[in-house]
Amino acid sequence: MILKTLFSQLLTRPATNRFPAKYMPRSVLGFLGKVKEGKAQLVPPVPVPPRFRGKIAYSRDKCIGCQLCIRVCPAKVIEFLPEAKKIRMHVARCTFCAQCVDACPVDALSESPDFLLSDTDRSSAALTVE
Amino acid sequence: MADGQKVYEIPIGPIHPALKEPIRFTFQVEGERIRGVEVRPGFAHRGIEFMGLKRNLIQVLYLSERICGICSISHPIAITLAVERAAGIEVPPRAQYLRVIFSELERIHSHLLWAGVAAHELGFDTLLHLTWKVREEVLDVLEELSGNRIDYSIPIYGGVRRDIAPAQVPKVEAMVRHYRGLLEELLDAFLRDPSVAARTRGVGVLTPEEAEALCAVGPTARASGLSKDVRQDRPYLVYGELGVRAITPRDWGLEPRGDVYDKAVVRLLEIGQSLDLIEKCLDEMPEGEITSFPKIPALLAHLKKAEGEGLGWHEAPRGEVIHYIRLEAGVEEPVAWKVKAPTYSNLMSWVPMFRDQEVADIPIIAASIDPCMCCMDRVHVVRDGSGATLLMEELLKLSRAKTERVLRGLSPAGGGA
Ligand code: SF4
Ligand code: SF4
Repeated sequence: MILKTLFSQLLTRPATNRFPAKYMPRSVLGFLGKVKEGKAQLVPPVPVPPRFRGKIAYSRDKCIGCQLCIRVCPAKVIEFLPEAKKIRMHVARCTFCAQCVDACPVDALSESPDFLLSDTDRSSAALTVE
Repeated sequence: MADGQKVYEIPIGPIHPALKEPIRFTFQVEGERIRGVEVRPGFAHRGIEFMGLKRNLIQVLYLSERICGICSISHPIAITLAVERAAGIEVPPRAQYLRVIFSELERIHSHLLWAGVAAHELGFDTLLHLTWKVREEVLDVLEELSGNRIDYSIPIYGGVRRDIAPAQVPKVEAMVRHYRGLLEELLDAFLRDPSVAARTRGVGVLTPEEAEALCAVGPTARASGLSKDVRQDRPYLVYGELGVRAITPRDWGLEPRGDVYDKAVVRLLEIGQSLDLIEKCLDEMPEGEITSFPKIPALLAHLKKAEGEGLGWHEAPRGEVIHYIRLEAGVEEPVAWKVKAPTYSNLMSWVPMFRDQEVADIPIIAASIDPCMCCMDRVHVVRDGSGATLLMEELLKLSRAKTERVLRGLSPAGGGA
């Protein structure tokens, strides 16, 4: 039985998704640059399900500065900005539990499908939400 | 160790390529045979319970999820049950069914993970790749239902955070059907395969008496024929109504021998049991609320007022997990939190299991209890930078000395605060 599976494997596509390219480029950053210029094609990541818990999206206008999200966040992601009465999130620390989303009384926070978050700088613009 | 007897000591670990997590074994070896073993845990102690005492209960919930990446629903379930008992919180029936569905999904992925690891330790890497490939399916379902592939953040005090939408039910049912078919293939590949049997039969035996005496839990105990399963012995959530029965090798038509083969039998059959439970839950699950505290501020306020202690238990994929919690009115943090992970109970089974085995069988015997060191490590004794073990008397002496020191430091006026 296992032999059958093994042989059928020869004819089917690999189970793994070849992200970002069929063969590992020598430099990933260089490759991504080429993708931007339209010179190379990206093998897209596996699509995420509808209610995926990705990077938290923040709608600054809705926020009333109640700090409830700060109280429940287990990872101390969220910083309060007292003058503006708004928040700033340091995504590098986030555990994607979305408890802040559940806690926010005015729905200023939501789960986005964004998950490609690796960066060399933990306080880069992409990893700071405000 | 006497020199004359040609017994040598082989230290393995704390860090070793054959071990997935840090622990130290010191084997006494005579030729190829293991004559004895000393197990020294404590290298992965992270002080989680201490950290928990500095956080409010909602934060502690997510901290508990990180005790183990694989049992990432078992610990939250145990701690929510403990807190719910301490604070007198009711859980709506639908939420109880949902918790069961998530824990059984977790059991499936954990047992498949183990099967892959076991195959790898035996040198059957094809089987490793096969099991880990099919494991993706249940992880996809978990991601679909919870939004996360691992660390699902689903239970909350008073219920669960996400419902299974009607549109998602067919996906879960399709997964159950798919695994039913696959399970036959896996049983074939593992249990009816002569080479797997040759490497696992009679290896790492734990007799029922030893399992009983050492308080082994989970598949480790059941493989020795003990009918021991928290879901059956002390039903919680809706497990009582679902009628769970502990699975032993007898369900495979064999007398239990307590060896590695039997441990594979139990885990693989439990995948089938979990599939049945999920199907039954989807069938019987009533409509209704999924939490008794839809608003987080109300939950926080209730928890702050709560006073009392509670114990929560759950049959994790590796065995019984227990959380104890004590709450005091007026403080948001728990005043005491104690966690017992299943590996803690199974650790000592290694000693009889290793006896008279071959050195080449060390990896598979070590893996057969499906150990998880960092879940289990609760203490690490260090003094003056050395990790030498302290005896109970010494600890007592230290403790008394500290009491004296503290008392001396207290001024008579400030003593009552
Ligand atoms: S998702 Fe969780 S960890 Fe991330 S900011 Fe929200 S509460 Fe904090
Ligand atoms: S909980 Fe919502 S409204 Fe309150 S501070 Fe956080 S984001 Fe703003």
